[in-house]
Amino acid sequence: MSMMTEVQEAPKAAAKPKVQAPLAVLAELSHRCPLQCPYCSNPVNLERSSNELDTVSWCRVMDEAAAMGVHQIHFSGGEPTVRKDLEDLTKHASDTGLYTNLITSAVLLTKERVNKLADARMNHIQISFQDSEELNADRIGGFKGGHKKKIEVAHWVREAGLPLTVNAVMHRQNLHHLEDVIDLAVELDAERLEVAQVQYYGWALKNRAAFMPTYEQLSWATEVVEKARVRLKGTLVIDYVVPDYYARRPKVCMGGWGRRFININPAGLVLPCHAAESIPSLKFDSVRDQSLQWIWENSEAFNKFRGTDWMPEPCRSCDRKEIDWGGCRCQAFALTGEENATDPACELSPRHEEIFGIAAHEAQEAPPPFVYRRIA
Amino acid sequence: MEKVIIETASVPVFPRHVKFHFNKQRDQWVILAPERLLVPDPTSVEILRMCDGTTSVNGIVGKLVEKYNAPHDVILKDVRAMLQDLADKGFLTT
Repeated sequence: MSMMTEVQEAPKAAAKPKVQAPLAVLAELSHRCPLQCPYCSNPVNLERSSNELDTVSWCRVMDEAAAMGVHQIHFSGGEPTVRKDLEDLTKHASDTGLYTNLITSAVLLTKERVNKLADARMNHIQISFQDSEELNADRIGGFKGGHKKKIEVAHWVREAGLPLTVNAVMHRQNLHHLEDVIDLAVELDAERLEVAQVQYYGWALKNRAAFMPTYEQLSWATEVVEKARVRLKGTLVIDYVVPDYYARRPKVCMGGWGRRFININPAGLVLPCHAAESIPSLKFDSVRDQSLQWIWENSEAFNKFRGTDWMPEPCRSCDRKEIDWGGCRCQAFALTGEENATDPACELSPRHEEIFGIAAHEAQEAPPPFVYRRIA
Repeated sequence: MEKVIIETASVPVFPRHVKFHFNKQRDQWVILAPERLLVPDPTSVEILRMCDGTTSVNGIVGKLVEKYNAPHDVILKDVRAMLQDLADKGFLTT
């Protein structure tokens, strides 16, 4: 008996569409957020609340997504709980059959609201933690009392019978607490822990020198995670995201550009990934003007790096081109100034040693002060 | 979360955060969990559709033995291994 395939795409017998439907939608409901984490993955130019899509538009978009065969919707931001209509959006998504996931900082949630979200059939809640230690966590998030509140909310989530993921963003200023972070996830009775090393886009790139760990710190962290995975097998699932600055080959960013994910920003622009707006040459379409299906299949931004035709050498003749799909376009642009360039995370990039030498050097120096995330 | 051990008397069921769902648009059964998507093969789908919270592993195996006229021990071993693997990954509980 053969078993299952993880994230295998659906074979379609008849009427094969040009492009296979995406698996999941990341709905960035708002860029507003009470926290100011200096590694935020949002763009440096944040959308104002007056530009946000309204409830009716989000509901229409979810109908369209479900009709395309999308499986999951992740409500994200900014902080998605700033939206008063989150319960209504959740209920609507559940009615269409989408798996609903809330990605939250949790600091705005009340017990009553957690119960309302459970009633609206939210399938899962993911709470971010900035550290296991209160003072450092509140310093990183720029929000006093945040850490305590998150722990309180995590308990309410479990009391409401909702499953919980602890998302811990790790870097040189909290990595030494990794073992405590794992213990915290166990104490909170989480089903899953995401140990996510900072990825360097947007605000995080501005703060790279403050966050970049040394190679030795990373190797230690990887060992800690591996040991915990063995110890906690069957009780806590640990996902581990490593920073690719020290990698030899690039990450499979978003499972390949325009292959699996759709990101919709608060204003309704449809992006191939949450950082795509950092590439100035890309033109995005809006759900205010076009259907999600039309955008997925026709939008210039999606087709520009879809597949392998756009690749330069050495990517074009690389035997891994359909494994990593050319790595990350946003990183290639941020570090080389050319969005078509080989991702410098790849050791075959001519810029690999130079750029990652800079990061390795930054990791050895004293960390500079944070540039906190704020709406300009 | 307690570690889940799949025994012959266990009654496997999907936990609340996991949806075993037929996607009409794709004509495909999928197991959905946060940041995870599994596409079970037809045999696995048959087993998982019996994970309804009332049927035990023994019950599931019994039905498969009858249907495929295969040795009980072989089927039990395969079914338990598959369900335990899913439980270890947090997709199944008892």
